[in-house]
Amino acid sequence: MRAWAVHLAVLAALLAAGLLLPGYHTTNLARILVLATFAAGYNLAFGYTGLLSLGHAMFFAAGMYAAALPAWHWGWPAAPALLAGTAGGALMALATGALALRTAGVSFMIVTLMFAQAFALAILYFNGWTGGDEGFVIPSASRHLFGTSLAADTPRFLAAWSLFALGLLLSLALVRSRFGRVMVALRENEERARMLGINPFAAKLKVLVISGAWSGAAGAAYALLFGYAGGSFAGIQYSILPMLYVLLGGAGTTLGAVLGAGLMFYLTEFASSVTSAWLFLVGLVLVVLVLFAPKGILGWVRARLWRELP
Amino acid sequence: MSLLSARGLTRHFGGIRAVDGVDFDLEPGEIHALIGPNGAGKTTLVSLLSGRIPAQAGTITLAGEDITRLPAHARVRRGLAYTFQITSIFPGLTVFDNVALAVQGGRQPGALGPTVEAALARVGLQGMGAEVAGTLSYGHQRLLELAMGLALAPRVLILDEPTQGLAAGEIEGFKALVRGLVPQVAVLLIEHNMEVVMDLATRITVLTSGRVLARGTPAEIRADKAVQEAYLGA
Repeated sequence: MRAWAVHLAVLAALLAAGLLLPGYHTTNLARILVLATFAAGYNLAFGYTGLLSLGHAMFFAAGMYAAALPAWHWGWPAAPALLAGTAGGALMALATGALALRTAGVSFMIVTLMFAQAFALAILYFNGWTGGDEGFVIPSASRHLFGTSLAADTPRFLAAWSLFALGLLLSLALVRSRFGRVMVALRENEERARMLGINPFAAKLKVLVISGAWSGAAGAAYALLFGYAGGSFAGIQYSILPMLYVLLGGAGTTLGAVLGAGLMFYLTEFASSVTSAWLFLVGLVLVVLVLFAPKGILGWVRARLWRELP
Repeated sequence: MSLLSARGLTRHFGGIRAVDGVDFDLEPGEIHALIGPNGAGKTTLVSLLSGRIPAQAGTITLAGEDITRLPAHARVRRGLAYTFQITSIFPGLTVFDNVALAVQGGRQPGALGPTVEAALARVGLQGMGAEVAGTLSYGHQRLLELAMGLALAPRVLILDEPTQGLAAGEIEGFKALVRGLVPQVAVLLIEHNMEVVMDLATRITVLTSGRVLARGTPAEIRADKAVQEAYLGA
């Protein structure tokens, strides 16, 4: 019960912040919450199940294009586009996971990276359809949900917050379920899990599909909320970002993704206002983090302060 | 009909014939010990039976069903449980979660709470569900490993060197525990401690160089000349 109360309190605080802070921060928060949803999906695979994927950009981009292309070419409205994006991410995860999960560890990282690169190149190759590197603007007719325009600050924030809240509560329920226990068991000791009657391949594929659905929903939301889809979202940096967020906030904690996404976002903002070498500052923070708090902020909290933190 | 049965089971590693055409039968309700010198193929044989490594030749049946090609996790779900020689628990999880995973993956995945507590009580770890498994003493970790095996609700329980590293007092408790498992469960025991073997086993199979050297009751094995020469060294 305490865990649910904490999560609801965090959601309420985020809602209040988005509605009360000036418009500039409202937009930032909308972006953070969409990226945090992506990172939360990544966290289910990486943080909870130990699947270190370097290819999640392809799930994010698959969702983005599955939503944005029908909107662009056929004028789909936002709601079905969002569902198509979620399905797109899940299907991409199912297809690539069925092959990539035959490997583990470093090989799994390489195979997922290769799949993601192939997907990114395919987007560029079919530029007549996808808009390639330049991308395309989502028609504003498609950026309406329940009669409100998603281009305005407050509705956009509310849509991002709703998506994030749904994802957070679902992932809390998931990691506290029987299947959540199986996920952690696979991370901790796969061979032992197998000898307890668990089919590791089937369970990991299921996790990857859930993770892909999350990432796809985030990608679709990103396109619909910010009005643009482009090939850069399929690039390697969008596979690294959710990993950084999760490592910073705490891998294998439900709230780590949003904490990491928020901190990284504002750190990047601050660093780029001070120096043009902002990437250096970001890198420095990450090195310090890995050296001194390898479990991330909430991982540290769990180890020291509150062991039951989900 | 025997509960678990193997015919012509074979596994070679390069030129080494770890298990070389072994026939083996485990009867319902018995405690069957597998003994033999180091490198005799005991662990390979139970790995073949449990599905941790695939057999190159031969067949395995469990209660009449051919399980030779089944993956390990499917054999576990059919009631063939294996407990590890080197304690293999989930150290970062609580005792409750360790046992709950076994209940979920076993033959009777029902309500978790009472089943977990019953398995813990059976090995004498009742009330310790909230402890983190990695912080338990070595003896308690061995008991937890056993509780996980029991929580699978197995028909056959394979114990790989269960008394290794236990103190003398703990071994007595362990023997009583294993005796209490039969006849509901058939136990296959790999064990180096001959006192435990002679005390517990109803039948013994002796392996050497991947082949069966002898099988029989403890008294018969003790009297067997070939066994004495090859193994007991008497």
